[in-house]
Amino acid sequence: MQIPLVDYLVLGDEPHLQANECADCGARYFGRRNACAHCGGREFRTVRVSDTGTLRTFSIVYRAAPTIPTPYVSAIVLTDDGTSVRSNLINIEPDPSKISLGMKVKLDTYVVGTDDDGQEAVAFGYAPA
Amino acid sequence: MAQDIWVLGTHMTAFGRYPDQDAVDLATTAALGALDDGAVGMADMDILSCGTLFQANAGMGQQVQKQIGQTGIPVYNVSNACATGATALRTVIMAIRAGEAEMGLAIGVEQMGKMGLLAGGARKEKNVYEPSGRFGAVMGIDGILGTDTMPGVFAQAGMEYANDHDGVGFEQFAKVAQKNHAHSTLNPLAQYQKEFTLEEVMGSPMQSYPNTLLMCCPTGDGAAACVLVGEERFASLSVEQQSRAVKISASVLTTDPYVESGQMQPDVNTLTRNAATAAYEQAGVGPEDLSLVELHDCFATAELIHYDNLGLCEPGGAGDFIDRGAPWRDGDTPVNVSGGLISKGHPIGATGVANVYEVATHLRGEAGDRQIEGANVGLAHVIGLGSSCGVHILEKSGIG
Repeated sequence: MQIPLVDYLVLGDEPHLQANECADCGARYFGRRNACAHCGGREFRTVRVSDTGTLRTFSIVYRAAPTIPTPYVSAIVLTDDGTSVRSNLINIEPDPSKISLGMKVKLDTYVVGTDDDGQEAVAFGYAPA
Repeated sequence: MAQDIWVLGTHMTAFGRYPDQDAVDLATTAALGALDDGAVGMADMDILSCGTLFQANAGMGQQVQKQIGQTGIPVYNVSNACATGATALRTVIMAIRAGEAEMGLAIGVEQMGKMGLLAGGARKEKNVYEPSGRFGAVMGIDGILGTDTMPGVFAQAGMEYANDHDGVGFEQFAKVAQKNHAHSTLNPLAQYQKEFTLEEVMGSPMQSYPNTLLMCCPTGDGAAACVLVGEERFASLSVEQQSRAVKISASVLTTDPYVESGQMQPDVNTLTRNAATAAYEQAGVGPEDLSLVELHDCFATAELIHYDNLGLCEPGGAGDFIDRGAPWRDGDTPVNVSGGLISKGHPIGATGVANVYEVATHLRGEAGDRQIEGANVGLAHVIGLGSSCGVHILEKSGIG
């Protein structure tokens, strides 16, 4: 059994992210919404977000709360359909000389933990494309 | 036209560690100092606003009153992340402008001790995964889906600027911290007063690339206060009081307007640009008129992007601005001559009032060894994530 880390990650044959898109203005959000922060619209539709994008910014985090493994590469990715996504860069050395702003990346998933019932939590990250 | 507001008295404690005092002690020291400085007392105050973040539910303003004067005036306890101090000032300014007060006291205080890293939660793995919260997460996502840590979030804000503009990288960010540490050696109120070479800044332990330890503000304790007065009451004050007063020619508070990327990465730029634009318009001055700027350098990456956000450099030119030494105390536009948050310290609630104290002290010509000669206009900026941005522009009195 697998469960996504967050509810906007859709597992299956083609794991992907889905966003809540404002029916009025097209602004995209992850997570539960009450209304649109851009236009105030209250109708949303579910849309699939592109799996590929470019690295907009990053930081290599060495200092975090005690239970969090470091270093890791935190990133903001701009997907090819213009949606900003926050995640980690994965399958890459945490070395600034190996990471270039604007580089092409692609969504990938991995198991991030297993609970007492044997259920696996699946996370997503972006790897060099 | 709204009436002019003046800083009549101001005071700050040195920032640092105060294990033998509580936040009420610190706030009281700042408050009494500001009252004495303005040659007024609690009986003259029509309103009190007190800002603190980590003790926001402690009724800090009333606790201060119980030490220095329970006159029955309204107290507004405010909290607005790192813009808490600026919000305390704005509260008193709005009350005076609304005609409900002639004179008031704004206090900012924080006692953090050695809190360490702010934000970024420890991961509590549940025994059985169940989706919860707005993202339906089965565990804490900090460190898996990017970072919540402050050094990391502001590192990303800086690297985004580096992505969009040439000539900005690790070295430019490090130069910002080198400057602020050097400036702090002249400020006896600074938590740290030690100079470091650029190599030492770049070689100190990496927290969140590109922010090393010496490029991050410390936690700490401190307080600052200002007595503010409207123009009608001001006119009745002595020439001595009037001549040392400093005019607040702009006071602005903004929040972050919608931008697409703001859902994922706090946008610290747009609200700062909006606040700066409104403040310059209110004051009728431009960035080229500023004798000094105290801006929110919680991390070195933040200071660099605010050169651009506040219009201190050419658009896109923040890298060149620091490379040519423009924000050093002998440069075109001295920035953070106090040492900034990086070295003066950042007891959160106090910061937005302490910045105004610093600018006012230069405009009065009373800043001692760190005085910027001939200072006549200055700007104080703070930003709190979430987000709120406060900008105040101050002008020398010119009276007496």
